[in-house]
Amino acid sequence: MDVTTKDSHKQHISQQFNAELSELKNHLLVMGGVVEKQVSEAVEALVKSDGGLADSVRARDEEVNHLELMIDEECTQVIAKRQPTASDLRLVMSVAKMVSDLERMGDEASKVAKMAIKLSEEGESPRGYVEVRHIGENVSRMVRDALDCFARFDTEKAIAVIKEDKAVDNEYRTATRSLVTFMMEDPRSISQVLSVMWVLRALERIGDHACNIAEHVIYMVKGKDVRHISVELAEKAIKARR
Amino acid sequence: MTEVANRDAEVATAEEPRTHGIDISSLGRSSDTLKLEDEKTSLEVKNLKLHYGEKEALHGIDLIIPQKRVTAFIGPSGCGKSTLLRCFNRMNDLVDGCKIDGQILLENQNIYQRNVDVADLRRRVGMVFQKPNPFPKSIYENVAYGLRIQGINKKRVLDETVEWALKSAALWDEVKDRLDDSALGLSGGQQQRLVIARTVAVKPEVLLLDEPASALDPLSTLKIEELIHELKDEYTIVIVTHNMQQAARVSDYTAFMYMGDMIEFGSTNELFTNPTKKQTEDYITGRYG
Repeated sequence: MDVTTKDSHKQHISQQFNAELSELKNHLLVMGGVVEKQVSEAVEALVKSDGGLADSVRARDEEVNHLELMIDEECTQVIAKRQPTASDLRLVMSVAKMVSDLERMGDEASKVAKMAIKLSEEGESPRGYVEVRHIGENVSRMVRDALDCFARFDTEKAIAVIKEDKAVDNEYRTATRSLVTFMMEDPRSISQVLSVMWVLRALERIGDHACNIAEHVIYMVKGKDVRHISVELAEKAIKARR
Repeated sequence: MTEVANRDAEVATAEEPRTHGIDISSLGRSSDTLKLEDEKTSLEVKNLKLHYGEKEALHGIDLIIPQKRVTAFIGPSGCGKSTLLRCFNRMNDLVDGCKIDGQILLENQNIYQRNVDVADLRRRVGMVFQKPNPFPKSIYENVAYGLRIQGINKKRVLDETVEWALKSAALWDEVKDRLDDSALGLSGGQQQRLVIARTVAVKPEVLLLDEPASALDPLSTLKIEELIHELKDEYTIVIVTHNMQQAARVSDYTAFMYMGDMIEFGSTNELFTNPTKKQTEDYITGRYG
């Protein structure tokens, strides 16, 4: 029996409490939507060398920061006024942590956009765009899936996101290795290739934050803390009946 | 910047996480690791059924109350938590038409056996009620009352015990200069602590608290909670409370009761963050039952 479902925060005797938790959840999803768009557009801006799009990605960071402050304040208010317990407490704690992850993702997307502007002004890198496009797509999908599993309280999908993060980490390692090799062969392009490596690094970090969100979702739904353990153990934990 | 980078490199190469020689395993609070199977048993309830006349109020309760821990009973009104608490020192004997089946073992002895001396049982299992009920006597005589009943009348023994009991109940400093004043002149919170002092004066093994703070203001409530925390080193404490936050704050173990059944019993930390039963979850989070 799953005690916590996506509708469980709508069943309180206090309608006001229901409304506050729904709002918290919705605001996080709004913030997630903004960040998701930032990530995919940052990758697009870089691949298409579109400085204008990159500018708009960076401009949206303000919105993300504002939402972070707002949601944090809402969490504080709910804790102060309602003293949430059990699944409600886990929801509030998870949201408070996911907000930080989303904000950091936004920052990383801004970094990608900054590199997109730099490369469009200084000339494109001779290498690395395939990797950026590929890892960018994977990471964008991870972000979307992480937010989906939060919206639906879907722990199966959360596990899939955690697994995907391992794959992205591997791709990142492979890509950096081949770019380092390329730089040794062609030292004139080091500056540009380094920029691309920063982009890959930022994307890899975004994947890590998406993975954190998935872990928080598992805690929120199952009450099991799956951070710092292997995927296999995490899978076992969500399947175990208490 | 370089310093940070250096530190990162160091951490990355170190075989174990650097903790600067601090044993991080000792950082958790002791209450985080409580396990029911490691506890000594104080009271054991076996298939307890209780009828008020025709109506069955408790439907076969099985429960172990661990020694020198605080156990809280929570549940909606009429779920049987006070009834169960009152079984522990046979207060229900006084209720007409109350019939009890099953066993309650205190230190492995059934308290519902025929030959049990109920007065002695109530000395061993003391009780404090919702409304403070000091006797219309002096503060001193209130605390000394239980001892006098036992035939202890030596002034030196009484003085010592009264002082010790009042200190245990965190009341001594407030009343030491007016021990001969009437207990009825104390505030509600002080009266409640006086009643607790009166209960601990006879050195019980178990303290039963039935909504001890529900008639008190927030500060007096905190004092009672603090007191419970101090007393648990010496006594097994069982508390009934409507205030779930209070149960969460003061208890080591929590039992959730509903309609005469024990729904869930477990460590308070676990029960308030991740209960196993949906009924428990609904109750503690304020959902439709």
